[in-house]
Amino acid sequence: MRLALALIAVFALVVVAAPARAEIEVNVNRGDVQPLPIAIPPFGGPQGPDIAGVISANLQRSGLFRPLDPSSFVEHDLDPAVQPRFPLWKQINAQALLNGQVTQQGGQLRVAFRLWDVNAEQQLLGLEFTSTPDNWRRIAHKISDAVYERLTGEKGYFDTRVVFVAESGGRGAKVKRLAIMDQDGANPSYLTDGSFIVMTPRFSSNSQEITYMALRPTGSSVYLFNLETGRRESLGQFPGMVFAPRFSPDGSKVAFSVEHAGNSDVYVMDLHNRASVRLTSDPAIDTSPSFSPDGRSIVFNSDRSGSPQLYVMGADGSNPHRISFGDGRYTTPVWSPTGEYIAFTKQTGGEFHIGVMKPDGSDERILTSSYLDEGPTWAPNGRVLMFAREAANGASRLWTVDVTGRILQPVPYPLGGSDPAWSPLLQ
Amino acid sequence: MVSIPDRKTALRLALVATAAASMAACASHPKPAYPTTRPSAAAPAPRGETAPPPAPVSQAAIPGSEQDFVINVGDRVYFDFDKFQIRPDAQPILDAQSAWLSKYPAVTVRIEGNCDERGTREYNLALGARRANAVRDYLVAHGVASGRITTISYGKEKPIDPGSGDEADQHNRNAHTAITGGAAAR
Repeated sequence: MRLALALIAVFALVVVAAPARAEIEVNVNRGDVQPLPIAIPPFGGPQGPDIAGVISANLQRSGLFRPLDPSSFVEHDLDPAVQPRFPLWKQINAQALLNGQVTQQGGQLRVAFRLWDVNAEQQLLGLEFTSTPDNWRRIAHKISDAVYERLTGEKGYFDTRVVFVAESGGRGAKVKRLAIMDQDGANPSYLTDGSFIVMTPRFSSNSQEITYMALRPTGSSVYLFNLETGRRESLGQFPGMVFAPRFSPDGSKVAFSVEHAGNSDVYVMDLHNRASVRLTSDPAIDTSPSFSPDGRSIVFNSDRSGSPQLYVMGADGSNPHRISFGDGRYTTPVWSPTGEYIAFTKQTGGEFHIGVMKPDGSDERILTSSYLDEGPTWAPNGRVLMFAREAANGASRLWTVDVTGRILQPVPYPLGGSDPAWSPLLQ
Repeated sequence: MVSIPDRKTALRLALVATAAASMAACASHPKPAYPTTRPSAAAPAPRGETAPPPAPVSQAAIPGSEQDFVINVGDRVYFDFDKFQIRPDAQPILDAQSAWLSKYPAVTVRIEGNCDERGTREYNLALGARRANAVRDYLVAHGVASGRITTISYGKEKPIDPGSGDEADQHNRNAHTAITGGAAAR
């Protein structure tokens, strides 16, 4: 794996004496936000236009920025070391300007860039990143994250990956392969060969490790797979089926379901000593456990009330209580990385929805509707959800929606996919 | 005498041929008729479990073979939405499965629980496990040794009907009794 790359923010070009207050900012909490017009001219030097293009696409897809058409730009060939001619950028209504220069020296790609507040005529950010040329997309994602964070005040989510199940073939004849790609759909690669069913991969929230389930006629297995070392191991043998694995926030445990004689319950395994503890013992279906980010609680899915609903319990199984009371069937709960929300799949009438609610069940909001939307996963900053949308003809694609429900779009991965899981920010 | 259809075709033929019988059997059932495999009235009844079949001049299913089970007994029973209770129309099929398995005690089976796609993946895995175990429990209660039966849930991963809509969903909510060993060669 090529993950252990050294991507270094070498130094800040900013004079950080007293960063004058920027006049522009993007409020991520408003559902009616007007995207910020930003000019991103092609960076100079080798792969400069490619890097600017990836940044522009990232920011556009966030829904919070509106990259301007480069053909409208008046000033060209900007040198990041020289202050831009702000009136020429005001004239095309750019509020922010991002320019950069790429140089190659000693087998390394060095990308210096500056972010400007056009109206205030001041620099907001000046950084440079250095890496090997084959990592140019990661540099672009790093710059996207820096710009996003500077203008929204929140961490970005662009230098991340998504593990998912790549699907080919029609319904009833689907081949499913474990796959991983950049969050923007680039660089897909496949981790299993499709000779058996894989499902529900999940990322650790603090390392490049995933857990997933494999299903064969002889039974099911849950695996841990370290993407950096390639080490793959099974959680072990269980009396019945084992499924629905998910890491604890510190990565030291995995919660999952074990089925015995038809009844599914939630268990948690300590990965250090491989000891499992049973957390639920209800004759109902108990599955899809997901830890709160503080590790103290687990939200899970149970039909103990007669239909699938969401429940929260202590991480030791104590005090399970129902939190979903709306009209419909609730499944696949996933606690947000910020702790603020629980995302879920909801089934009402003939449709499926992705929604969010507060951990006490209040403030439920439905974000999507279609024939079959399923299985949300959170971007590490808790602002965007990715999920699978299956059409009535069986074709399943990955989509994203922001937490306000305003920005809904397919992921630019051209093939079929399901069960996405978002990585933490790469190191 | 027709040639032996392949297994998939056989299933489809059986589904079609029994639709009418199903409807009658389901008269008290509030749902529309479900395509359900049922034991055929014309099922050849082999006399002895050890008696080898006569020279296969005919191409009918060999007693004790997988085809015999699929065609003459029925290898699949169906369920209501989000339910795992054995329906009345499934009982004659499972009774016939029990009888057939008692007649051929070397046969081992795997009960595969399946779900329609109108549910999410993990919940459906759990639901399919319930269905598979409901069938297992029924067969065991009717005399089949539990050691001959394994169960698995495929959730919604292996639909037999690639369509969408109520009819396809009904087809896909089933438990399939797959023979894993001990059957007569075809």
